[in-house]
Amino acid sequence: MHKTFISQNPSVLWFIALLGLFTLAVTVGSEAFGTGLISTSMVKTLGKTLCLCLIAIAMDVVWGYCGILSLGHFAFFGIGGYAIGMWLMYARTEGIVLSSLSGQAIPSTAQEISDAIGNQIFGVVGSSDFPWLWAFADNLFLQLLMVVVVPGLLALVFGWLAFRSRVTGVYLSILTQAMTLALSLWLFQNDSGLRGNNGLSGLQNIPGFEGSSQAAISLAFFLGSALALALGYLLFAWVVSGKMGSVVQGIRDNEARVRFLGYRVEGYKLFIFTLTAVVSGIAGALYYPQAGIINPAELAPIASIYLAVWVAIGGRGRLYGAVIGAAFVSLLSSWFTGGGAPAIDLGFYTILWTDWWLVLLGVSFVCVTLFFPKGIGGLFDYLVRKPS
Amino acid sequence: MLRQFLTIFIWLGLAGMTFAQDLQPVLQTHADEIAKPSRSSVSVALDDLVASGAPKTSDFLEQWQDKGVWQRDADGVFFFATEDGDALTLRDIDTVAETTAPKAGFSQLKPNGGVRRLIGTALVQFQLTDPDLARRTSAIESIARRPNASQLAPLLKSIDPETDATLKARKIQLANFMSASFAPDTDDKIAAINSMSSDTSIEARAALNQLLSVKAVVSPDAPKGNVARVLKLGPDLSQDDAYAQLVAAKLAPPTVSPAAIRDALTANIDGGRVGGIPTAQLDNQPMRETAYAALAGQGIVPPLVTQAEQTNAVETHSFYEVYDEKDPAVTDAARAALDSIETRVGAAQAVDLTLDALSLASIYFLAAIGLAITFGVMGVINMAHGEFIMMGAYTGYVVQQFVPDYTLSIIVALPLAFAVTFAAGVAMERLVIRHLYHRPLETLLATFGISVALQQLAKNIFGTQARPLTSPGWLDGAWVVSDVIQISYIRIAIFVIALMFLALILFVLKRTRLGLEVRAVTQNPGMAASMGINPDRINMLTFGLGSGIAGIAGVAIGLYAKVTSEMGADYIVQSFMTVVVGGVGNVWGTLAGASLIGFLQKGIEWFNPSNTLAAQTYMVLFIILFIQFRPKGIVAQKGRAAAD
Amino acid sequence: MNNTLLEVSGVSVSFDGFKAINSLSIQIAEPELRAIIGPNGAGKTTFMDIITGKTKPDEGVVIWGERNISLLGMSEADIANAGIGRKFQKPTVFEAQTVRQNLAMALKNPRGPLAVLLHRKTPGNAARIEAIAEEIGLSDSLPRIAGELSHGQKQWLEIGMLLAQEPRLLLVDEPAAGMTVEEREKTTDILKRAAQTRAVVVVEHDMEFVRRLGCKVTVLHEGSVLAEGSLDHVTSNPTVIEVYLGRGHA
Repeated sequence: MHKTFISQNPSVLWFIALLGLFTLAVTVGSEAFGTGLISTSMVKTLGKTLCLCLIAIAMDVVWGYCGILSLGHFAFFGIGGYAIGMWLMYARTEGIVLSSLSGQAIPSTAQEISDAIGNQIFGVVGSSDFPWLWAFADNLFLQLLMVVVVPGLLALVFGWLAFRSRVTGVYLSILTQAMTLALSLWLFQNDSGLRGNNGLSGLQNIPGFEGSSQAAISLAFFLGSALALALGYLLFAWVVSGKMGSVVQGIRDNEARVRFLGYRVEGYKLFIFTLTAVVSGIAGALYYPQAGIINPAELAPIASIYLAVWVAIGGRGRLYGAVIGAAFVSLLSSWFTGGGAPAIDLGFYTILWTDWWLVLLGVSFVCVTLFFPKGIGGLFDYLVRKPS
Repeated sequence: MLRQFLTIFIWLGLAGMTFAQDLQPVLQTHADEIAKPSRSSVSVALDDLVASGAPKTSDFLEQWQDKGVWQRDADGVFFFATEDGDALTLRDIDTVAETTAPKAGFSQLKPNGGVRRLIGTALVQFQLTDPDLARRTSAIESIARRPNASQLAPLLKSIDPETDATLKARKIQLANFMSASFAPDTDDKIAAINSMSSDTSIEARAALNQLLSVKAVVSPDAPKGNVARVLKLGPDLSQDDAYAQLVAAKLAPPTVSPAAIRDALTANIDGGRVGGIPTAQLDNQPMRETAYAALAGQGIVPPLVTQAEQTNAVETHSFYEVYDEKDPAVTDAARAALDSIETRVGAAQAVDLTLDALSLASIYFLAAIGLAITFGVMGVINMAHGEFIMMGAYTGYVVQQFVPDYTLSIIVALPLAFAVTFAAGVAMERLVIRHLYHRPLETLLATFGISVALQQLAKNIFGTQARPLTSPGWLDGAWVVSDVIQISYIRIAIFVIALMFLALILFVLKRTRLGLEVRAVTQNPGMAASMGINPDRINMLTFGLGSGIAGIAGVAIGLYAKVTSEMGADYIVQSFMTVVVGGVGNVWGTLAGASLIGFLQKGIEWFNPSNTLAAQTYMVLFIILFIQFRPKGIVAQKGRAAAD
Repeated sequence: MNNTLLEVSGVSVSFDGFKAINSLSIQIAEPELRAIIGPNGAGKTTFMDIITGKTKPDEGVVIWGERNISLLGMSEADIANAGIGRKFQKPTVFEAQTVRQNLAMALKNPRGPLAVLLHRKTPGNAARIEAIAEEIGLSDSLPRIAGELSHGQKQWLEIGMLLAQEPRLLLVDEPAAGMTVEEREKTTDILKRAAQTRAVVVVEHDMEFVRRLGCKVTVLHEGSVLAEGSLDHVTSNPTVIEVYLGRGHA
């Protein structure tokens, strides 16, 4: 089955091959491998970028293919991050607490251990009790399940409500934005049970791998992110290639026509919305251990809009476009805001890119929308089609 | 003996004929106390002085308080005196005859702070009838701050002669508060309490609450005294708290906390065992308690109070609250009065909440109406709308840098903000939006790009810190209806601006040529174009109008909130929700949406006042659900146009 | 009529007080070719909207098939799957996709997301697509992007998509609009052939086109049936003449 769809979509093979080469190059250049050509922090940045590419292709499927401009997919990304972050934080704190209590003359009771962990984690919000949300935090398997179940379930319920009442277009965008806003406002509260605006931190320390260096851990996560991106790409390429792709793109171009052909449009939208939400959750779960910290600001509505910006700049309606957009804009953004770009001295005024990068991004985004609606990916059309 | 006689004499004098009496003899009676007063004993002398009724009493008290009284060492006679180098200008206390004398031979009276306060209290009664209104008023306020039983009688006496109506009402009110607490007769107390039952001031409530103050009592006997309520175990009082009260009242031995058990065990480890149990087994509470019991059996540690013992102790005692006031008739009256006040306060709070909600709604309306026009008429989502609000606010700030008069600067800023954002809106429409009319989602993203750029640009120009937009002095303060109902003038001004804009927009849309053309283009662009209306021009003007209103909203919002580069972003989501909830393409819809959201937010905040974040969360959730049931908003467009 | 496929009776609907449909009753048999004519605003499109579930009527009943199912309350997709296909006034095909993809999407097959996701191309389906393409004269255009087709070809493709749905009732809204004379003839042939095995309802302005169809005609005016019968019969009706000519000369 894959054979036919890959033979119809040569770009998938190209993409996997390039991703493989890139992964190999980074691995060989990493500190963990021994050459040290690429610093550990760079490996982390690249690994995070791969996760952003993964959520970008999810966004591309839901927006570029299905026409739903969701301004909520970064919320699913954040939920994935929180879900894995809870386990990381719990397990690591448990280790620290156990080792600090082990010196005591009398062995500790389960209650004392739990109190000590709770105090460590929730002390910053003036609490020491475990909220119900953390019921499964001690179980890696269950928390991993949460990474896919919670975003999936939220998307399913929200999507069912929204699609059922035929909310479309900009209304739907605003509704998804409202959902994201509600979620981030809720997370900002201290009594949400997720440490308010402190968020979850120390996620780069992986329990059970205290002996491993950050170089090795970051390479492992980089490889994991690359694998997830490859699998995600294959999955979405398969979904949008066949008849499913036809129906989904039909919904984007003329929803009513698809409905009069006898397809239940709501079901299809819900399927795409939920599937991409789940993949976004997975991307987030891979991203935040590399970032080390997650807080509610990450989930703010603006993050989801930026996600749409990446996809638009990269080129909607083609998966590799989303990858290019996410990688290009996020790397460029960290280059500019990280002070990597040289300041321009105009004599009377010095342009510092830390101040002016957002202006440049905003303006160039307007230009892309106006003049290159196909984005960077559109350039490939010229390259590929020239011979014919 | 002499003093007693004098007191009686003075009482008689007061009761019968008031005649001018000299103060000096009275002073001499208490000469020692007055020369070296102490806080604990001076009141007797003060009472006598006040009771003397001598015309100079209040002068004397004032001078005494201000250290203006000197005593001649030779015979102990008191004078008013002012220092003049080495000399003193002396005035006789009763005749005010002036003499001069060298300072030597006189001692200044220097009462300490505590005594001066008591003198002040005694003075109050004189000030209550002072000819100067300001002094009477300040006397009343000083009584209100620290009410005292002794002040009640002079206060009551001062009510009748009072000439100022406002102050008289205040005196009556205060006299009621004090009678409620200090009247010697129960009926007077109750009458005073009843008269307070319609007074919603915080002061009245505090006075009643004072009367209803309770203290918790735990006793092995049945409740006695003026019992406020008996606490039931479970609903009113947890067993742990009850036991803690018993311990505090020394009616039961203290419990041993898990931490204390742990410390005791740690302190008594003997060869890897505690109380005969190996330490390795002490990783659970029952085992620890067993070991502790063993230690207690050896008398090393105090015995553990078991749960059963605690239960038993708690059940054999009664827990209740008694009023500090002994008389149940008084407390009942106070309770009834307080309940009645609270009903009134509840009603007043509802009014206050409504006013708050109205002002919030008018802010949302101002922020959203421009958006509603562009969205409704042109189907264009303008994500940079919030930045237009910000531009308006910064325009106001810049104007204030050049025009220092705040009233004038606001008058200049409003049209200027409109002009600036109108121009920005027209430029944006011409350069960007015009090219994206058939791609609404892309308009959303392109305007978002503009929003990001504008926000950062403002940050680069004005910095990240908040800039003030100062309102004119006459907008300072608040309109206070009562202690419960008050609303700041700025909010009233915003409400008025919102009303003006509602009227203006309705006028423009319904009564002008532009409005007619706008409505024509909204309903059928093709037909409008064929009738000679230039849709391009209409779109441009509409967009400019919507943006210009955002600029004015920015000035209004900037007056009560800080001006920052991110202020637009704070309003944009709410504005969208206002438009969507209200229904697109209709001014009344926006009004309904703004009212719904404003009232809802205030309502939720009222239920959970400590947590505005939670209020916002619930509001957004409500809106998501609302759109499920009314996808087209409150005021939905009907007909075939709505189906597309 | 014992072979009645669709029965619309006493249906009314109003928008903002304007009665678009006013106690309308129409019966369609199977097979049958029926033309519906009427001036602008007669309620032709609204009539189709009601049958296909896009608009809910204020009153009246719409009964479908042998088992007398009510179509009111069913979703658009359910109605389509029950066997009603609809062609819009403007040609609406999926312009970004190929003609073959357009037809494959319309082909009568399971419509659930899972079935569609796991759908595999079969020789049977391919043959059906080829046959329909043959019928509408687009055999050579199968691999082309639908957006590149001419206006007439798009109309045929849409009719082809309707045929691929294998409906029992085809609702066709102004199929001849914007077509050349040659194209019209071809369209007439396609519709006539389709009507041999199923019910076809054609809404049309163009009298010449209706004449060529040579079928029973229903005249709608102000939301209800004005006249019904052969074209010659209805065109000799004085009220119909007044409505048409009166409007025409206004």
